Amino acid sequence: MIKPYKIKVEGVSKTFTSGGKVFPALDDVNLTVEDGKFVSIIGPSGCGKSTMFNIIAGLTPPTGGDVFADGESIAGRAGYVGYMLQKDMLLPWRNILDNIILGLEVRGVPRKKAVGRALPLIEKYGLKGFEKHYPDELSGGMRQRAALLRTLLYDRDIMLLDEPFGALDAQTRLLMQNWLLEIWRDFGKTILFVTHDIDEAIYLADEIYVFTKRPGKIKAKIEVPIKRPRSAGDMTTPEFAGLKSTLLKLLFSASPDGAETAGGDEID
Amino acid sequence: MTKPSKKYACARAKRFIYDDEHQIKKRKKIIAAGRIAVAVLIFAGWEFFTHIGLMDPYYWSCPSAILETTWEQLAHGSLSGDIAYTSASAVIGFVTGTLFGAVLGLSFWWSKAYAGISEPFLIVFNALPKLALGPVLVIMFGIGFFSKAVLAFLMTVVTTAIYAYGGVKSVDPAMETLLYSLGARRWQVFTKIVVPSSLPWIISSLRVNIALALAGSIVGEFISSEHGVGRMVIYAGTILDINLVWVGVFVLSVLSVVMYFCVVLLEKFLSRHFVRMNGQG
Repeated sequence: MIKPYKIKVEGVSKTFTSGGKVFPALDDVNLTVEDGKFVSIIGPSGCGKSTMFNIIAGLTPPTGGDVFADGESIAGRAGYVGYMLQKDMLLPWRNILDNIILGLEVRGVPRKKAVGRALPLIEKYGLKGFEKHYPDELSGGMRQRAALLRTLLYDRDIMLLDEPFGALDAQTRLLMQNWLLEIWRDFGKTILFVTHDIDEAIYLADEIYVFTKRPGKIKAKIEVPIKRPRSAGDMTTPEFAGLKSTLLKLLFSASPDGAETAGGDEID
Repeated sequence: MTKPSKKYACARAKRFIYDDEHQIKKRKKIIAAGRIAVAVLIFAGWEFFTHIGLMDPYYWSCPSAILETTWEQLAHGSLSGDIAYTSASAVIGFVTGTLFGAVLGLSFWWSKAYAGISEPFLIVFNALPKLALGPVLVIMFGIGFFSKAVLAFLMTVVTTAIYAYGGVKSVDPAMETLLYSLGARRWQVFTKIVVPSSLPWIISSLRVNIALALAGSIVGEFISSEHGVGRMVIYAGTILDINLVWVGVFVLSVLSVVMYFCVVLLEKFLSRHFVRMNGQG
């Protein structure tokens, strides 16, 4: 080990078989994230970003390679990292409070204790007064807040966020991004954040990994030198524009197997 | 010139809104009155046609005689005991059948192989006319209360299992993934996701089940019994007391309606406390 790392993906590959054919989804993916960093991952649709998250989260075993966190292998070990899926996945039959404490409940934390830990977070992060509401009574932004608080309360050092703000309108999205940065600053988590939105990737992250299209490989790693704390104004600086143009070039440059452009689709 | 006409338009618009609400109220009143009128008309017509001889009172009896006999039977006969007997076997069959069927249906979540093996048998058993098993059940379990409860149970258990299995099949896999990502074990996924998300399906089987259970109990009593409204109907038929047959039909109809409304209340209670689906207020 040259550098202390929080999470390390080492030579991970993944293939799926369907109809007797083998489809490579990930091919020799390597990434190393230092403790407390915010890392964005961008790439064309279907490049295997979600597959990689499923592997890090221990839900799918990799075909090759391994994932380490704090020096231990965590491949195939579910529950080691906090994972927020694309959809908010709030359980409709539970109110917001009961949704937020779900992770603690699964871990066997007594309800009273779990509620005691959830209430201050709910109050601080803008869901006060909604504890007893059901998910269908909340707006998209509020639901995402609840889902993120659920992941946060699950209390893992590493959080994987898979396009959490993809379904929100632009203004709500900006609010949520600032809110997420606030939480990240308060808790010092290591965050891996998948997005389709280049602006979002730059605005949030310390480092950006760019994936190729399927089979997913890491094409480039870009550092984001913009100072923190950041605000919406940073998005109009020449520095930001320069980064954006670099990333656009990386995403839309001809891929090795043809002239086709990648990154067209909005949704996975 | 424009001012008064504007005022007029406003007033008109207001009156339209008022009319709209008013019309809804009016329509509700018309529906209620219409329903009562139809019911009265049926019974009055029945009474009238049997009195003038257009309907033979021997076969048709008449509402007044039915009510009178019902009252007599309630006051002096064994009717109240029979009602309790029939309701008890139906309710016991309904409750046990629904619970057992729900457990059976939910159990299919645990293994796809087990579910795959069971599915055709479930379908066949559902198609099987279980009432035809009545005579066997009476021989197996005797002419007493138990054979009726068993028939009511058999009537409900498979339907519920099929409904519950439908619920299991429609569980959102992403919700299961979420739970696994939180490090949940299978039984936690089962209790926290599979059961609550299948509950609406199980609840929707209740209305069907209560009618099926009652039919099971009645047929059980038809075959062989010492008590119950079903036995009374068969008995009255064999001694050609058609008035008493009508009493039985009347009482069973009332019983069925009462049970139906109890189930609707139960359904509301369960839905309010345990279920909340997307998109419902």
